[in-house]
Amino acid sequence: MKKELRLMKGNEAVAEAAIRAGADGYFGYPITPQSEILEYLMEANPAETTGMVVLQAESEVAAINMVYGGAACGKKVMTSSSSPGISLKQEGITYIAGAELPCLIVNVVRGGPGLGTIQPAQSDYFQSVKGGGHGDYHLIVLAPASVQEMADFVDLSFELAFKYRNPVLMLSDGAIGQMMEKVYLSPQKERSKVFPDWATTGKPATRERNIITSLDLDPNGMEMHNHKLQAKYNEIREKEVRYEEFQCEDAEYLLVAYGTSARVCQKAVLLLREEGIKVGLLRPITLFPFPTKRINELAGQVKGILSVEMSAGQMVEDVLLAVNGKVPVKHFGRMGGIVTTPEEVVENLKSKIIGG
Amino acid sequence: MIEATGIKEIIKPENLVYRKTKIMTDNILSYCPGCGHGTTHRILAEVIDEEDLQSQTIGVSPVGCSVLLYNYIDVDIQEAAHGRAPAVATAIKRLLPDKFVFTYQGDGDLAAIGTAETIHACNRGENILIIFINNGIYGMTGGQMAPTTLPGMKSSTSPYGRDVKTMGYPLKMTDIVATLPGTYYVTRQSVNTPANVKKTKKAIRKAVQYQKLDKGTCFIEIVSNCPSGWKMTPVQSNKWMEENMFPYYPLGDLKIPEK
Repeated sequence: MKKELRLMKGNEAVAEAAIRAGADGYFGYPITPQSEILEYLMEANPAETTGMVVLQAESEVAAINMVYGGAACGKKVMTSSSSPGISLKQEGITYIAGAELPCLIVNVVRGGPGLGTIQPAQSDYFQSVKGGGHGDYHLIVLAPASVQEMADFVDLSFELAFKYRNPVLMLSDGAIGQMMEKVYLSPQKERSKVFPDWATTGKPATRERNIITSLDLDPNGMEMHNHKLQAKYNEIREKEVRYEEFQCEDAEYLLVAYGTSARVCQKAVLLLREEGIKVGLLRPITLFPFPTKRINELAGQVKGILSVEMSAGQMVEDVLLAVNGKVPVKHFGRMGGIVTTPEEVVENLKSKIIGG
Repeated sequence: MIEATGIKEIIKPENLVYRKTKIMTDNILSYCPGCGHGTTHRILAEVIDEEDLQSQTIGVSPVGCSVLLYNYIDVDIQEAAHGRAPAVATAIKRLLPDKFVFTYQGDGDLAAIGTAETIHACNRGENILIIFINNGIYGMTGGQMAPTTLPGMKSSTSPYGRDVKTMGYPLKMTDIVATLPGTYYVTRQSVNTPANVKKTKKAIRKAVQYQKLDKGTCFIEIVSNCPSGWKMTPVQSNKWMEENMFPYYPLGDLKIPEK
């Protein structure tokens, strides 16, 4: 079937893609700059077409626990929010990770800390890739850099979530969520009628009861469970790394950036190359798993690396670990809701890396 | 564990005076002697069995003494975060509307940390059964003050008795949810006597029927004792409950379907 072309906001694209991916349920709570997701779904009213449940919860806390309940039934369920709301969801997210439930969480990041601002930021990186709640766990983290990717990553997220029984976080930001771009939408998928064997759907006589829990009062059992989780995360590190390279073939310097910053850096690469400076861009698409190996390889080729992120410098720590001292690594980024400009990236590469 | 305690030696057909209901598992209950949880589990399991609902039931257990509910009742069960059971159950029922969905929550879970989830699930009229065990104390964590702790009642965090001036008043959640249009059947029961056990079982059976008819939220409070938390013998705790809890939390229906 031919893909349908539409002009949409990133937030709307996520909502439409969720319906088309055959999602069973969305549970949300309004917060800027992502409220269009809930609004779009309410207006589209997929209950009438695909049977998808859309519910406005009383809080982000309730919404993520609805996701827990739905995911534990083996259903394709999701929620979305923006930074302060994602903080509220962390309790539910760690339970979901602990109970190994598949789901999609979308974070359309805004500036913080605290109530912060409603403008775009990338300062939720640590929270997203290092766990976020209590305990040793990881989400699979996808970072879209376009409206198209916000749509495409919905289906990919569900696929990965069910493959690994692991929550997936789509780490977008206020710019990509709010901006309009053309987007090719996939055809409508049927909602699944078969459920995983672990799902709580009512115990037939033919199987033992299914229990969904993150609790094990026996520390030996809990340690075994942690080993199992870590083995899963290692498998994800092996198999699911995704990234995109832009003009890296002959690069003498490297920019590393995801999401909105990657778009800015792409322009910076062009500006620098006009000046004869050979710069490439590595855009991590998965932030967990991080493209550690590839960055390490490129560190053997380039003279220095600038990590660009709309934060005080979070991803740069993972870049430093990947580079492992081979070449100098610095961070540049605006904070608090200000989007970095390509000119600022050019200037900072020159001052911090080339001239540094 | 069964071998270790020698119980197997006693379990012989000639000794049978009381039969375990099929839906209860063989796991030994973790509850203290005299606690109401065991009885409540049993009658809930009996109703599930008698209504032939085992394959149709999804339960949600809370954080608290009954966190291990899933070890005792042989149905599919999800263990929720503290207070979030009504939100979890909301999604289960919305996504699997033909199933029988219940939550089982204590007073700390339902009336303190889960107040918002409880009120809003009831306010949306989610077609679920909420079983609310009210023993006026946090049992599992060692007898701390709950929102339902009576004025003057001693607990490990109100060692001189609950002073309502500084610690607030006991919260009557059941009265609150009865005022919401979303609730269909709201009742307060106990399992302290055989007669009350029968009444509570009847209430659970009614809630099952109402859920089949898609009537909205059914809410059953079970005023219970906590011999360990109250530092009493089981007999003393039942007497104390009758003399002190029942006047504050009177048993009976708060909201019944209009004829």
